[in-house]
Amino acid sequence: MAKLIPKPKMSAAEAAYVPEIAKGLRVTIGRFLKNTFTPRTSESNEIDTVDYPEEKRVYPERFRGIHRLTHRADGSPRCVACLCCSTACPAQCIHIEPAEYGPDDPRHGYERYPSVFVIDELRCIFCGFCVEACPCDAIRMDSGMHMPPSTRREHFIFDKVTLMAIPGADGTFETANPRHEPGDPTHPGVDREHH
Amino acid sequence: MIDGIYVAALIGKILFVLILVLTFAPVLVWADRRQSAMIQDRLGPIKAGVPVGSTNVTLAGLLHPLADALKFMWKEDFIPPKADKLLHALAPVVSVIPTIAAFAVIPFGDIIYLDHLFEVLPADPGGRSIAFQVASLNVGILYVFAVTGTGVIGAAIAGYCSNNKYALLGGLRAAGQMVSYEVTLGLSLVGCFMLYNSLLIEDMVAWQVERGVLGWGIFRQPLAFILFYAGSIAETKRIPFDIPEGESELAAGYFTEYSGMKFGMFMMGEYIAGVVSCALLTALFFGGWSVPFLARDGFHAFGTHIALNHLTVTIIYIVSFLVKTVLLLWLTMMIRWSLPRFRYDQVMKMCWRYMLPLSLLNIFITGIVVLYTNR
Repeated sequence: MAKLIPKPKMSAAEAAYVPEIAKGLRVTIGRFLKNTFTPRTSESNEIDTVDYPEEKRVYPERFRGIHRLTHRADGSPRCVACLCCSTACPAQCIHIEPAEYGPDDPRHGYERYPSVFVIDELRCIFCGFCVEACPCDAIRMDSGMHMPPSTRREHFIFDKVTLMAIPGADGTFETANPRHEPGDPTHPGVDREHH
Repeated sequence: MIDGIYVAALIGKILFVLILVLTFAPVLVWADRRQSAMIQDRLGPIKAGVPVGSTNVTLAGLLHPLADALKFMWKEDFIPPKADKLLHALAPVVSVIPTIAAFAVIPFGDIIYLDHLFEVLPADPGGRSIAFQVASLNVGILYVFAVTGTGVIGAAIAGYCSNNKYALLGGLRAAGQMVSYEVTLGLSLVGCFMLYNSLLIEDMVAWQVERGVLGWGIFRQPLAFILFYAGSIAETKRIPFDIPEGESELAAGYFTEYSGMKFGMFMMGEYIAGVVSCALLTALFFGGWSVPFLARDGFHAFGTHIALNHLTVTIIYIVSFLVKTVLLLWLTMMIRWSLPRFRYDQVMKMCWRYMLPLSLLNIFITGIVVLYTNR
């Protein structure tokens, strides 16, 4: 059944159309004058456009940007080449080649180091699984930068040197997580007897 | 005996009008976009810039229409396969040239007396004089109506020759709308003819100047102003009367099949038509080039008299004409961004059933008033 909806009657002012135009123009002209003559830096300016790239929106604290490899106190990477991150990565964008320390190094037989650590930022889906998987807090995505665009695929392949050169959003290269090297008094020991 | 100075002055005036009209079009494109952005709480185009030294000079986005012009020049000029080639090329020309030509009878300044340029003008100046009007025809404003009537043909043949049903619909709607509103435009001005007692636009301006600010047409003929303003918005096919171009309904209406410079000419023609109609409104209803309290020899305000030389006063007159035209254009664009589009039957109904009787009523009332006050 069709329901008859009553059509609202127009008042005389509405039917004449010109007073309604004047009301509409008051809104528009008011908006125009406000936006033109309020400087953009003042509080009452209501233009919300972010004039990229001169102005940028600040990313949230937990924003996942491009990866960085964190440093130990002596400048070497915290990464021990356990391959947890490359295994966890859904896009298989991390390529690691582990290498053994030399026989004179105190860390020989205890840790490895990555001789090749390459991330293809173009394949990366920025999910953060590698950060969650890493047991050493060696890889982080807290640089606060998104991957800048480029027209060449080669620019997206970051090697170990590049990844280590990226600072965190707070500017540091090391993390607050402690790192106990063998020989430190805080080191818990290599085997069960704490040797 | 035609003196060389008059020929040079004529060429100067024609060049002035041409340059004015051709620079107004891109500036209006910019103003349209920036003004709409300011109304809608956004920034608009501000980025197009020319690198000068180390910085990028952007001029608040004024270079965007220049970029548009370059784009139009380099775009491919596509004519639909089965379209009529001659008409396709002719339509933009027929649409643009009448609107520029209509500017010929609009006075944009007072008469300049070449022998008294750097002194205060005496009460009875003699010598050579040049009127700031390209041509002083004895039919005056009827020339404007005749010429804008020719502009209808441009829209109609653009729609017809494109071999495109949407374009044809747009062209038919354009023709119908423009022809209908010409009747109302003409009739709404008959009250002005009676009041100012002349068809010549310079006489109308002189009538208004004689009577000061209160003698401006908008105070003496308010109904005619509203009708003429609305009618000219409809005639130039601006929103809210842009049904022929109906962007959301007809692709682009009668210029769907146009690209490149031909489309640029149509767009330019629309903006120039807006300029011409606002200039006409200024001349007829806002005292043309006159400035309140400024007579030919200086300011006369509240008993004081500040004398200015003739050249200064002439320049002030021309600038005030342009300022008034710009303000009216700004108001027209405000209306453009405030009102929704009329439906086609509403457009026609408004013309024939509301505006035409109102303009006849205006004639009737003006006739009675003029008869009884002049008796």
